[in-house]
Amino acid sequence: MQEGAVLEMRGICKYFPGVRALQDVDFTLREGEIHALMGENGAGKSTLIKVLTGVYPKDGGEVHIRGVEGAAVIRSPQDAQNAGISTVYQEITLCPNLTVAENMYIGRTKGAVTNWRRMNSGAGKILESLGIPASPRQQLGSCSIAVQQMVAIARAVDMECKVLILDEPTSSLDEQEVVKLFGLMRDLKAKGVGIIFVTHFLEQVYEVCDRITVLRDGQLVGEYVIEDLPRVQLVSKMLGKELDDMADIKGETGGVAISQEGAPVLEAQDLCSSAGIKPFDFSIRRGEVNGFTGLLGSGRSECVRAIFGADRVTGGHVKMDGQNVKIKKPLDAMKQGIGYLPEDRKGDGIVGDLSVRENIILAYQVMKGFFRPVSRAQAEAFADEYIKLLEIKTASSDTPIKSLSGGNQQKCILARWLLTDPTYLILDEPTRGIDIGTKIEIQKLVLKLASEGKSVTFISSEIDEMLRTCSRLIVMRDRKAVGELKGDDLTQTKIMATIAGGDEK
Amino acid sequence: MSAPVKNPETQVRRPDEPLFKRLTRQQLFIPVAALALLVLFNLIADPSFFAVSINQNSLGNPVLSGNMVSVLDNASELVILSIGMTLVTASSGGQDISVGATMAIAGSVILRMVCGGQVTADTMQTPLILAVLAGVLATMLCGAFNGTLVAYFKIQPMVATLIMYTAGRSIAAWINNNQLPIINDLGFKYAGTFLPGVPVPTPIFITVLVILAFWLILKFTTLGLYTQSVGINANSSRLNGLDPKLIKLLTYVILGVCVALAGFIRVSRSGSINYSRMAENIEMDAILAVALGGNALSGGKFNIYGSILGAYVIQFLTTTLYKYDVPSTALPAYKAVVVILLVVLSAPVVREKLASMKKAPAKAAKEVS
Repeated sequence: MQEGAVLEMRGICKYFPGVRALQDVDFTLREGEIHALMGENGAGKSTLIKVLTGVYPKDGGEVHIRGVEGAAVIRSPQDAQNAGISTVYQEITLCPNLTVAENMYIGRTKGAVTNWRRMNSGAGKILESLGIPASPRQQLGSCSIAVQQMVAIARAVDMECKVLILDEPTSSLDEQEVVKLFGLMRDLKAKGVGIIFVTHFLEQVYEVCDRITVLRDGQLVGEYVIEDLPRVQLVSKMLGKELDDMADIKGETGGVAISQEGAPVLEAQDLCSSAGIKPFDFSIRRGEVNGFTGLLGSGRSECVRAIFGADRVTGGHVKMDGQNVKIKKPLDAMKQGIGYLPEDRKGDGIVGDLSVRENIILAYQVMKGFFRPVSRAQAEAFADEYIKLLEIKTASSDTPIKSLSGGNQQKCILARWLLTDPTYLILDEPTRGIDIGTKIEIQKLVLKLASEGKSVTFISSEIDEMLRTCSRLIVMRDRKAVGELKGDDLTQTKIMATIAGGDEK
Repeated sequence: MSAPVKNPETQVRRPDEPLFKRLTRQQLFIPVAALALLVLFNLIADPSFFAVSINQNSLGNPVLSGNMVSVLDNASELVILSIGMTLVTASSGGQDISVGATMAIAGSVILRMVCGGQVTADTMQTPLILAVLAGVLATMLCGAFNGTLVAYFKIQPMVATLIMYTAGRSIAAWINNNQLPIINDLGFKYAGTFLPGVPVPTPIFITVLVILAFWLILKFTTLGLYTQSVGINANSSRLNGLDPKLIKLLTYVILGVCVALAGFIRVSRSGSINYSRMAENIEMDAILAVALGGNALSGGKFNIYGSILGAYVIQFLTTTLYKYDVPSTALPAYKAVVVILLVVLSAPVVREKLASMKKAPAKAAKEVS
């Protein structure tokens, strides 16, 4: 092993039916470093992590861990844990119905007797030392997602790990929580823990990481010290080509600001729903792209859910093309030509065990009706068309959607709604947790749809994405629409000021 | 849209795998293998098991008889039930344990109708079709009751249907004022025995018709897609315009129809009813048929043909055991042994192990692709 390394992976290979997920990948983690693992969706990041943690058996290569003689044998997550490798996954894998302390100690108590007092006080100390605002006796499910994530980290830390893997830990955190998490990561780094950080957020990589390893299509692109790899370079390494697409998009935006006039496609007045948003007004014109912005929990999603009828609408009027319509349930909205890509892709979007094909035709089929099934041949044709159009990476249209990477799943959901040929498409966080290449593709697609005369509401946590695509932004704060920005007001500072409220100086 | 890097190699189709692995991946592998084993066992032990002969029945009509005929005949109720049970399982991720009891209700209603409220009747007092429709209506109501509890009150299916399981047989007895009606009209027994001049037992025809009907339903409606979608992810389904509650309810009502048909066949066999013993424990066999067919009892994707096959396997097994003079009291124990074997073999863990035993050549094939 190299000097200072805590973990070395050499020539790792992993095959899945029809796909070479990893091919001869090397990875080295040194003591006290934060090492970013970057790559597009499907590049092999998650597979590498899962091989390392024993979730998948590897088909080739060796893993060396400091303190273990020879090649380490990791056959299960338990083995990995014993070898000092702890993982915090993107989705919380703790038990929400147990207390915080129980979650931290579960599976680690020896013998049949549990000393509850010692467990709780032990957990309390760790939580305190890491500055995590949770009580050991509190039910985990009652904490915010961010705190749950931190508890997961606290659990990992307490197990005296040498290697800590954070798989997209920040995708459900707001900015302050991210800052806190980074503080935690730096503390651990100072204690000599090697951290593998998987994320899609470039800013975050440059904020905390020391080194970057880039994967592409299951192969190692290279390992770089962060100072030697400017952002543009990183992006082009991930995509495998020189990239000026970012600039392209900005250029196209100019062409979108056109449709400021004309009759609105959809108009809502005093709309409110059972999700507890204050009544709000909303309208969108033909060919317009607008958006809702605000902090997490500010009511962005609840607004669009009310428009789509996803939550129970408790008041207000909606007009489509000037006609009064009643939207009580999603099907009503779909019949009016509204499509909705939900924020929670896994929980509300995909139907995991169904094939890509069935997922793509689902909404179209429902609109067509119970007694008029889409024929197999027709479904194949639709699926193939959109797989090609959106460049969905899948072995075939028969593959279960759950085995696709996040970005490709999202493209399937997009395909689902495009197939219904909506006049108004709502995209709630379509770019969350997916790679930068797909993000740009989706943004471009939005602009293309708008140029074809469709209206789009686009929601994203990343303000610069919104600035690139939207011509009008509705700002939400505390479940209330507090402002509307357009034209020259669409700047980062102005938006921040409106979100924050108070003086706009 | 511009094309970012795409690796065409990642889009390859599944490479040729060894036959064994491909087979074990098939959902129908276990029921087909079980059937093959049973056939093989009987062929070796006593090939006369498969003999089919034409005998005179008590009415002097020539009818087919033999073990295979009895398997196909006696499996009828179970096959019909297992179809409905598959749909319920897929949509709600749970099972209806009241089907035996509601079969008794259907039987009771049908008998009361044809006997016209008398204890014994020599001719049918009500047209048979009306009586059967009344039975169907009764069990559809039971299904609606179960389905409402499951879908709208979000009660776990096993708990929700426990109510009917407990009360059903009493309700069945109450429908006939606790009397045991007997119908002696031959016309009534056609459905459970033989049609005049036809040597094949009628239940086999009814079963084939029911299977055909479901094949058509699944082909010409979107019931299959909707049920699976709701069972896999109710939230997504709702946001795609489906009404998950309604679809769950619908599957329970459909099961109700199946139950009535099964109950009708059962009472037609004898023309009488025993409230506490009729179709006893058939719910367990129906659930087992679903599981044997490779369907996840937690819902989602389903294959009704797997369940149908599973039902025939169960009946085949029972008949085989009877043939070897296993006393009926010991039957469940023998059945349990076989069932454990089948269920363990069909468990994903075991299947993966089986598949990985032949892994080396599989990998080589991938390298080439």
